[in-house]
Amino acid sequence: MSGGLAIDALSVVFGRFRALDDLSLAVDAGEVRAVIGPNGAGKTTLLDVISGITRPKSGRVMLGDLDLTQCAEAEIAKAGVRRKFQKPSVFPMLSVRENLEIGCGADLPAAARPARVTALLGDVGLSARADVTAGRLSHGEKQWLEIGMVLASEPRVILLDEPVAGLSDAETARTAALIQALRRPDRAILVIEHDMAFVEAVADRVTVLHDGRTLYEGGMAGARADARVIEVFLGR
Amino acid sequence: MSGNAETFPVPRRRDGAARLGARIARDPLVAILSAAILGIALCLVLVRPSPYLVNAAGQLAAFAILAVSLDLVWGYLGILSLGHGLFFAVGGYVCAMHLVAHAYAVTGIPPDFVQFMGWKTLPWYWAGLTNAPYALVLALGLAVLVAFVFGLASFRSRVNGVYFSIISQALVYVAMLLMFRNDTGLGGNNGMTGFSLLFGWPMGSPGVTLGLAVASLAALAAVLVGASLLVGSRTGRLMLACRDDETRLRTLGYGTTRLKLGIWCLSAAIAALAGILYVPQVGIINPRVLAPDLSIEIAVWVAIGGIGRLGGAVLGAVLVNALKFWLTAAMPEAWPFILSGLVLLVVLALPNGLLDLAALRLKPTWLRGGTR
Repeated sequence: MSGGLAIDALSVVFGRFRALDDLSLAVDAGEVRAVIGPNGAGKTTLLDVISGITRPKSGRVMLGDLDLTQCAEAEIAKAGVRRKFQKPSVFPMLSVRENLEIGCGADLPAAARPARVTALLGDVGLSARADVTAGRLSHGEKQWLEIGMVLASEPRVILLDEPVAGLSDAETARTAALIQALRRPDRAILVIEHDMAFVEAVADRVTVLHDGRTLYEGGMAGARADARVIEVFLGR
Repeated sequence: MSGNAETFPVPRRRDGAARLGARIARDPLVAILSAAILGIALCLVLVRPSPYLVNAAGQLAAFAILAVSLDLVWGYLGILSLGHGLFFAVGGYVCAMHLVAHAYAVTGIPPDFVQFMGWKTLPWYWAGLTNAPYALVLALGLAVLVAFVFGLASFRSRVNGVYFSIISQALVYVAMLLMFRNDTGLGGNNGMTGFSLLFGWPMGSPGVTLGLAVASLAALAAVLVGASLLVGSRTGRLMLACRDDETRLRTLGYGTTRLKLGIWCLSAAIAALAGILYVPQVGIINPRVLAPDLSIEIAVWVAIGGIGRLGGAVLGAVLVNALKFWLTAAMPEAWPFILSGLVLLVVLALPNGLLDLAALRLKPTWLRGGTR
């Protein structure tokens, strides 16, 4: 259980809209957890709170003894939490290699960076594209590059926001294999995704979010059979 | 925005001077311009053209330094300052104070504004300004201090983009109103002029004019090469990353406030250096240098030359100001229209400034289709 992420009674309010409503969720180390739910359920808001971009109205996000809701984005990242954004966020004017070097973080000694970057280029399958300016990559390549940047610091917690959005079936399969390979006993992985086949392929457990609350938590097969989940996804 | 792969490739390990040379040569435009600037300085010394021309070259060099200072924060860090005239003025004013104090100490004649205000001597904060090294440290230190306080307040509160630009503009305006007051002991609305001596030599003599111009050109070459090394370094890559996606950089574990603050203060110091070099060459400083339109004009030079290319900033500043020297004499009433027309032309036809001409990319963005 140690090393995981414990989200405790989290509420986020935008004006009169409750994006997250007293949400509690524990992502264990060693687990791949998928968070699914219809648009507006609060999935991206949840990641925004964990990565420090949005401040909650109440509640805590504990990583070990550290309350992430009290930390700045950079401190959260230094604590070992890395996030891949929904829109692939790479630095367009830098090369693939330079993007990965920045992903290694400020604390990795300069001498250790080239080896790490070379290994990452292989992991995400961009070795042949190392010196290409990131802005010229295809959408799928940008997704993989960003996953590589997220991995570069060997994080304890990985947050992936729609990693296969806009990818072809072949690219999705490749991304699923990549995420399977990220699984480690000391690492918690949280994936937000709409692609149910992908979720089934990578996730140990799913949490279904609806109106900022947990609707269901458990295996994917159970989610498919749950009457409330079906109702939420098929519309009212 | 192509061509960046050539501008910022991965540094390769080399030794000492060869590596340094290779890093400078990486942006060929910077290498060519630095060589040309030093060549011009050498020509001035050897050929001795008319003092008017020498003086013009020196002033243009000071403006080019100012443009580089703005390009560093705007082009490479995405911080558009519309108040860079403030730091230029800090350098200029302190330099003027030194010149006035020096002349007063040598000649014993009190400066105009002291007589005008009916004072017996200079205010206390002029103490020590006869000492040139102290004046230099004070000019740069004051500019950095003002930049640090303003930058810390803004960047910590995450004031970015257009809001930062507007506040920087307000800051320079406030400074102008302050300097228009006659009781500041800094010359008031008349400013300071009539600088008679520079390090004991008579101001305006061909030798001093030449010396100032050569010093300005050498400073420009040094600033250009130094800035080019900075933007080609790891820090430079972090600057571009911060410019393009600050949130992404933060969530990778980098505190961007310190990065922005450091470069912002460096930029202020370079702008102050430009002011220090400019004032003895133009022979006057007054609150007009703090006018908001002048600060906007600095951004115009950079935009016309090409944002985010140090060479572009130099070319923009030199071309626009050379045109201004010529046209404000030939047809002063037309100058604002010509400048505005130039801005419109660049925005519509050459989104990356005049450097687009060099790359022969004459097709404007709106004809080129979707890609950035």
